[in-house]
Amino acid sequence: MNSAYEKYFRQDRLPHIWCPGCGNGIVLSAFARAMEELNIDQDKTVVVSGIGCSSRATTYVDFNTLHTTHGRALAFATGVKLANPELNVFVFMGDGDSSAIGGNHLIHASRRNIDITAIIIDNNIYGMTGGQYSPLTPTGKKATTAPYGMVERNFDLCELVKGAGATFVARGTVYHAKQLTDLIVAGAKNKGFSVIEAVSQCPISYGRRNKMKNALEMINWQKEHAVNVKAAQKMNPEQLKDKFLIGELYRAEAPEYTAEYDKLIERVQKGGK
Amino acid sequence: MNKKVMQGNEACAHGALAAGVRFFGGYPITPSTEVAEVMAKELPKVGGKFIQMEDEIASMAAVIGASLTGKKVLTATSGPGFSLKQENLGYACLTEVPCVVVNVQRGGPSTGLPTSPAQSDVMQAKWGTHGDHPIIVISPSTVKECYTLTVRAVNLAEKYMTPVVFLMDEVIGHLREPIDFDEVKDLEVVDRKKPDVSPEEYVSYAAGEDGIPVLAPFGTGYRYHVTGLTHDEQGFSTMAPPVVARMNQRLMDKIDNNLDDIITFESENLEDADVVLVAYGSSARSAKEAMRWLNAADQNVGLFRPITIWPFPEKEIRKIAGNVKAIVVPEMNMGQLKLEIERAAAGLTKVIGVNKVDGEPITPEEIINAVKGVL
Repeated sequence: MNSAYEKYFRQDRLPHIWCPGCGNGIVLSAFARAMEELNIDQDKTVVVSGIGCSSRATTYVDFNTLHTTHGRALAFATGVKLANPELNVFVFMGDGDSSAIGGNHLIHASRRNIDITAIIIDNNIYGMTGGQYSPLTPTGKKATTAPYGMVERNFDLCELVKGAGATFVARGTVYHAKQLTDLIVAGAKNKGFSVIEAVSQCPISYGRRNKMKNALEMINWQKEHAVNVKAAQKMNPEQLKDKFLIGELYRAEAPEYTAEYDKLIERVQKGGK
Repeated sequence: MNKKVMQGNEACAHGALAAGVRFFGGYPITPSTEVAEVMAKELPKVGGKFIQMEDEIASMAAVIGASLTGKKVLTATSGPGFSLKQENLGYACLTEVPCVVVNVQRGGPSTGLPTSPAQSDVMQAKWGTHGDHPIIVISPSTVKECYTLTVRAVNLAEKYMTPVVFLMDEVIGHLREPIDFDEVKDLEVVDRKKPDVSPEEYVSYAAGEDGIPVLAPFGTGYRYHVTGLTHDEQGFSTMAPPVVARMNQRLMDKIDNNLDDIITFESENLEDADVVLVAYGSSARSAKEAMRWLNAADQNVGLFRPITIWPFPEKEIRKIAGNVKAIVVPEMNMGQLKLEIERAAAGLTKVIGVNKVDGEPITPEEIINAVKGVL
């Protein structure tokens, strides 16, 4: 490990439990690089997660860490941030965690535009429980609970949070690891709710069932199907067929919730209504 | 004299503020909503934070998150909302995060009778979340107690690093009575312990001799891990049987070893009583009235009112059971605390329930009739 990043990890908690070929470690290294670039104060930073493979991240990183219940990471994080807005709050979630059981909290964190940076590791599957379909499993793909192929339509999570009011929305991939770091940095700098979807791979529980034999093949798939949002502007719909966009997808200005609440306190304490 | 007339729900909110609660996360639900309404209005005045979350699950989560920053926290709900909060209530038990959960009981099951009283969440308050776990449950009988006992609930949460359920019922929640604020202005307020070691020496879940861990507020330089997985003294998940056993046992012991501090009750006329009424919450008011009428008719009837319902005052009930012809238990449910009283009485006396689940409070007459059947 590069010594500059060692301090962000709890060395005594490594090695991690993730399977060989899992993308979570690459996302976590992008996170550590982002922390270094931000020169973040570890004592003043809280990292929250839900339940699932991605949510194990909080065990390994050396911050104030909060490993919560399934789907509820953002609700816990909202309490942390509102109670003490001076804390930097990051949230790790998986695709099932954030968009199925935790979908409501994702919508409302977006709506409030609370200053939290959420990193959603999207590996298209429930990995911890052995490969059940999630709302981000593409239609037609196989899972243990979709043995004949996923019947349901899948979410575009970035569109969802954009619609709900998030003020920074980005998508990266494990293959584009450097860009992922940049997106986390940009998300953290946004004073509001930021979502970074990190497209990752689960060779064990997803790849093997969907004709992608190993991690390399899956990462190559990311390379071949991801199109930078700027490059996409020069491409026609035919060229963009089967592709997905990466990069900073959306940015907006909106009042940040905890700052607005502090203004409310000031107003009330001055005797206002 | 500094008297104010207020509702039980309002008194509960004001008690919380007096106890130092500075964060409220909640969701509207009848008949508890006034607690949230008062908190929304009053918290900003004292620099506190109020948030109406997207659902009951989220509000329980938010108060736990806020508590970890060192704030005293409260949430309030009723039956259906209490059901929704259970998973995260268990999380707070295991992670030992202080919080107070107000449940203003209404008729159930399901949506039930939203505007009618019940006492049917007594067992849920104890066993609602999965797994063996400790819990403290307190039940007020007057508006003044809604104030004073909320202070006590917050104190106990902070002292024992545990959730405390404040189990009201619709009658008490919406009843209006005077509180003399001169009488309640000097209540003891307890703050959770702070680490007395440096961050390097700090071990989050290595509880001292009292079995109670010291959790440093997030952001104060003590970096540690909090997880709902069964964890070791360092706060990290473990499946090592001896460590798991030790942690689970400590969780129970920190409550069980302090029963004399945690359990409070009120008793009247227990000496020479032939029959003792055991009642809590609003039913205790009817029981007290029934006792007065019976005493006036020269019947030896006493009253035992558990204020702490869980942990259950087993020792006290056992003592009563050995001295009386019967214990009569009026409850607005099908006989929940009665089961526990029967267990504690261990066959030493008859335990007779006066149970009502029609959405109406139990009247003194109904209790008197039950007592007359025994005497």
